[in-house]
Amino acid sequence: MAEQHIKLPEGSIEKTTTTLNLGPTHPATHGVMQNILELDGERIVSAEQTIGYIHRAFEKIAERRPLYQITPLTDRLNYCSSPINNMGWHLTCEKLLGVKTPKRVDYLRIIIMELARISDHLICNSIVGVDSGAYTGFLYVMQYRELIYEIYEEVCGSRLTTNIGRIGGFERNFNDIAFQKIQKFLDEYPRVLKEFENLFTRNRIFMERTIGAGAISAERALNYGFTGPNLRAAGVDYDVRVATPYSSYGDFQFNIPVGSTGDCYDRFLVRNQEMWESLSIIRQAFEKVQEFKGTEADIYHADVPEYYLPEKKDVYTKMEALIWHFKIIMGEIDMPAGEVYNSVEGANGELGFYLVSDGGRTPYRLHFRRPCFIYYQAYEELIKGAMLSDAIIVMSSLNLIAGEMDA
Amino acid sequence: MQLTSRAKPVDRKPMTWLERIYLWNIFKGMMITLSHLFKRKATIKYPEEKRSFSKVFRGLHILNRDEEGRERCTACGLCAVACPAEAITMEAAERQPGEENLYREEKYAAKYEINMLRCIFCGYCEEACPKDAIYLSQTFAPANYGRQGFIYKKTDLLIPDPKTDPEGYRKAKGEA
Ligand code: SF4
Ligand code: SF4
Repeated sequence: MAEQHIKLPEGSIEKTTTTLNLGPTHPATHGVMQNILELDGERIVSAEQTIGYIHRAFEKIAERRPLYQITPLTDRLNYCSSPINNMGWHLTCEKLLGVKTPKRVDYLRIIIMELARISDHLICNSIVGVDSGAYTGFLYVMQYRELIYEIYEEVCGSRLTTNIGRIGGFERNFNDIAFQKIQKFLDEYPRVLKEFENLFTRNRIFMERTIGAGAISAERALNYGFTGPNLRAAGVDYDVRVATPYSSYGDFQFNIPVGSTGDCYDRFLVRNQEMWESLSIIRQAFEKVQEFKGTEADIYHADVPEYYLPEKKDVYTKMEALIWHFKIIMGEIDMPAGEVYNSVEGANGELGFYLVSDGGRTPYRLHFRRPCFIYYQAYEELIKGAMLSDAIIVMSSLNLIAGEMDA
Repeated sequence: MQLTSRAKPVDRKPMTWLERIYLWNIFKGMMITLSHLFKRKATIKYPEEKRSFSKVFRGLHILNRDEEGRERCTACGLCAVACPAEAITMEAAERQPGEENLYREEKYAAKYEINMLRCIFCGYCEEACPKDAIYLSQTFAPANYGRQGFIYKKTDLLIPDPKTDPEGYRKAKGEA
């Protein structure tokens, strides 16, 4: 035995645990979040979570912005599925303004939102793979996430921080290339997902690594306020798309995959199954969009002259359109006073927007209900007593995304 | 807990004996990996090879000129107002007699700067412009040694003059 180098003062009690800072810039945390772990050997005795490392004060910034300028802020919440955030925000504004969107807009939105859900689940599940030592699956599916990003690129011009859509609909109609790309995705993706499942789902190493890790009971999950795939993995079939259908989700047939134990494996299976459901929703929506005929087939936004910009060619030539254009861009339109809460089923759980308006031009108060923030509180309970390597896999299977945790 | 009639439990059956054999999983995984060896490469050799972007891609900005080479921007400031990142600054000036061949409107931007480090490429400036003057092009990935170089001046943003460089003008407008 090596002799002790550090001489403790007389009468002091030796600390038997090790303190480990997991994060904020640890490669395994997949985001800027800090956990102060107390380890006994490799077992976790206690954990303390710190938030705020990428707090950007979005809620405060939003109080000084006209509604349309808040959309780019929502991009940066859960950046793996920004279109859902964008559209959740637009739906909130439409609820406040009392705008009714045409069916075609709803269906197009659903296509984009479900694509975003797939890309988010794909990242989450493949990262669970990476954290359990299987890097290959992650690399293979990234090629196909690219297909989704190309669809975004065709519609809005950007890939990650999409800023897609406007209050009332989309900034432009989907072109033929976009529809071809959606079709291509629908054709190619099932094979890829099958292969991904072949690599993981029944793999003994993966199963033994994830079964039982980070389990949470339905009751505890509900107490914490879990939603989304993490709650469904615990066995509660709560889905905002079914509970309070928005954007015409009521027109679609799909199932809600539920787990039973709420462990990492259940979360993985639920997400995988949800990707299949999303695929089927996209397929249904795609068919419904093709069915529109005549002038209906060209509708891509609702008629909201106070918030939806007039067409560019009118702006160049017509006085009235120019006036509206200036008014909208400069944010000079008073919104109705009132408060609304609107939530959408984000890829991660219930993403809510609570908007209070005092009748001014900017929100009086805006709060984002970010599901990650809620999951992170349960993190200690989930990893207490587990091994250090389980802490990593639990974190990725909860799909903790720092951008969403700290708005 | 059952809230709807749509719940569908996931398949969580215990491992079969075949799945318990460690080697079998290795073999199965290796087969998938091997099959990928013979597939077409997913990557391209950037920067020698570049992928094309969609028509509406939101890349670096350009300031537009009309067919006679006059600057379109009239320094109305709408783009700066619309910019959520507060990346645009400008200074307006009045067009003097004899400058009609330089500027399209009576007022023009004497200075026009975009801080590309602030810009989030949201595309609102393009949407806001009532004069067809600013566009987001299909180029991206600028590199620079210092921060100062990311503040793009009007000279960096303006597209070539069609009278002196028709080829460059068409290219910048995405027509070539
Ligand atoms: S793209 Fe957006 S952030 Fe960039 S300069 Fe234009 S308005 Fe500002
Ligand atoms: S670029 Fe367009 S919006 Fe911006 S100041 Fe010039 S004319 Fe106005």
